[in-house]
Amino acid sequence: MAEPKPQNAVSKMLNAAWVRPFLFLVFIVVAWDLSIRLFRIPAYQIPSPLDVVAVLRTEWPELLRQSWPTTYATVCGFLLSALFGIPVAMLIAGSKTVESYVYPLLVFSQSVPKIAIAPLFVVWFGFGIIPKVISAFLLGFFPVVVSAVQGFKSVDPDMVDLARAMQGSRFQVFRAVNLPHALPAIFSGLKVSVTLAVVGAVVGEFVGSNSGIGYVMQRSIGTFDLPTMFAALVILALLGVVLFWIVDRIEKLVIPWHVSQREDVIFAS
Amino acid sequence: MNPATKPIDIQPAAHLRLVSDRAGEASGIQLSGVSKTYRTRDGDVPSLRPLDFHINDGEFFVVVGPSGCGKSTLLKLISGLLPPTSGEILVEGEKVTTPHGNVGIVFQNALLLPWRNILGNVMLPIDMKRLPRQQYFDRAKSLLKLVGLDGFEKKLPWQLSGGMQQRASICRALVHDPKIMLMDEPFGALDALTRERMNVELMRIQRETRKTVLLITHSIPEAVFLADRVLVMTERPGAVAAIYDVPLPRPRSLDVMADPVFTELVQRVRKHFFSKGALD
Repeated sequence: MAEPKPQNAVSKMLNAAWVRPFLFLVFIVVAWDLSIRLFRIPAYQIPSPLDVVAVLRTEWPELLRQSWPTTYATVCGFLLSALFGIPVAMLIAGSKTVESYVYPLLVFSQSVPKIAIAPLFVVWFGFGIIPKVISAFLLGFFPVVVSAVQGFKSVDPDMVDLARAMQGSRFQVFRAVNLPHALPAIFSGLKVSVTLAVVGAVVGEFVGSNSGIGYVMQRSIGTFDLPTMFAALVILALLGVVLFWIVDRIEKLVIPWHVSQREDVIFAS
Repeated sequence: MNPATKPIDIQPAAHLRLVSDRAGEASGIQLSGVSKTYRTRDGDVPSLRPLDFHINDGEFFVVVGPSGCGKSTLLKLISGLLPPTSGEILVEGEKVTTPHGNVGIVFQNALLLPWRNILGNVMLPIDMKRLPRQQYFDRAKSLLKLVGLDGFEKKLPWQLSGGMQQRASICRALVHDPKIMLMDEPFGALDALTRERMNVELMRIQRETRKTVLLITHSIPEAVFLADRVLVMTERPGAVAAIYDVPLPRPRSLDVMADPVFTELVQRVRKHFFSKGALD
């Protein structure tokens, strides 16, 4: 089909959201390749991008197969952190007593390095999917709670009073005022959480698993197979980006009214 | 009682008289010995000293006072959001203990929910009170028309100017047809020109809807301009310093501000604050 205004189509494409990060990515890869050639970095320290691409091409089926368990563990862990994180935040924001008992401990628990205790989960739950899910959950949980607490607490008390003065029940007021008000904060927590859940799943795979991208990484480090390791990193990054993008899409659907979602003026360059 | 039919041919100095009107205690708002003390960790903080006054049905009653004199507490007490520490409040002869829903509230900020469109925001009290939505849509729309917002029903709050948002919040306060409208510095966040226009409009709305209005303000001219009676509060803990009748005829236009009765009353009210520091 002939394009009536090629000029417009080109500038539209240049303005698409994915173009700029893509250009930047190309720049980084070129810089990577150049510096390896320039400084003569041996392949056992940093592989060249072409080697990594080669691995991605030849090992594609295997990498794809291995990325399913990781994705599965990440998504489960993330969903669990949302499922538990939001109600916990509701309790913390809703009750001073709960807050005073739970919140400090929650913060304290965050300073325990999860990587150090991950082997424990293997001891407890074996080499299956469960330790990975728990590890992903533990990393994803905290950001959800912190953001959601902040969201629930930042409701204008006058607004709540107004709804209460109209004889709204506690639940009604919560559903009509508090919850929608907290959604933007909850979503920003969920976005942090989903990327951390990827990390959590990989950590779970590091310490005790015979499947998943984390397992591939560890195995390839053991054999100094750096191109494969880097290929695994690329897969992980892609996984994180895709999951983040999905949460971002859902956010746009759920809170189209929020400031951050309002249509921007598009500047043609 | 219709404020428009209030006698206006009173003696010249009548507006300087302290008024204590206790007619018809079963109607309007009756406060007897109402005080409020907040209990905090640092001890008790008295907010209101015992208050006794009566607001008549359909009256435009304005409270002026310095910052932090407990004006907003007064509003929460009457709407039933806070229990008084002592004394009792009767609305329409019924003792207030919990939110009774017979009030519409307008705060300084419009406080519209950003995720609801204007019509949805106006309908909020209907949802909270679990009233049949269908029956109130027409009322909500005619209220929006009354304040000049027809055609904006489907807009989101941020698409409206501050004055328009405040008009919408007035509609929200009226949609469930309460007896009383409580307004806490409703136009404090608006620019001076919009504020004057809103005052004129508020008087018109009150005249058309015949609501009892309790309005809290910092502005003495605004108080005198709007009110049937002005209550002057002392500094914290708040108490009644004086209640003045405003014998200016209705309907009033902004020209009334040049009236000698108006200026004298403004002067008189102002003296309450300048004897003890400025009104901030």
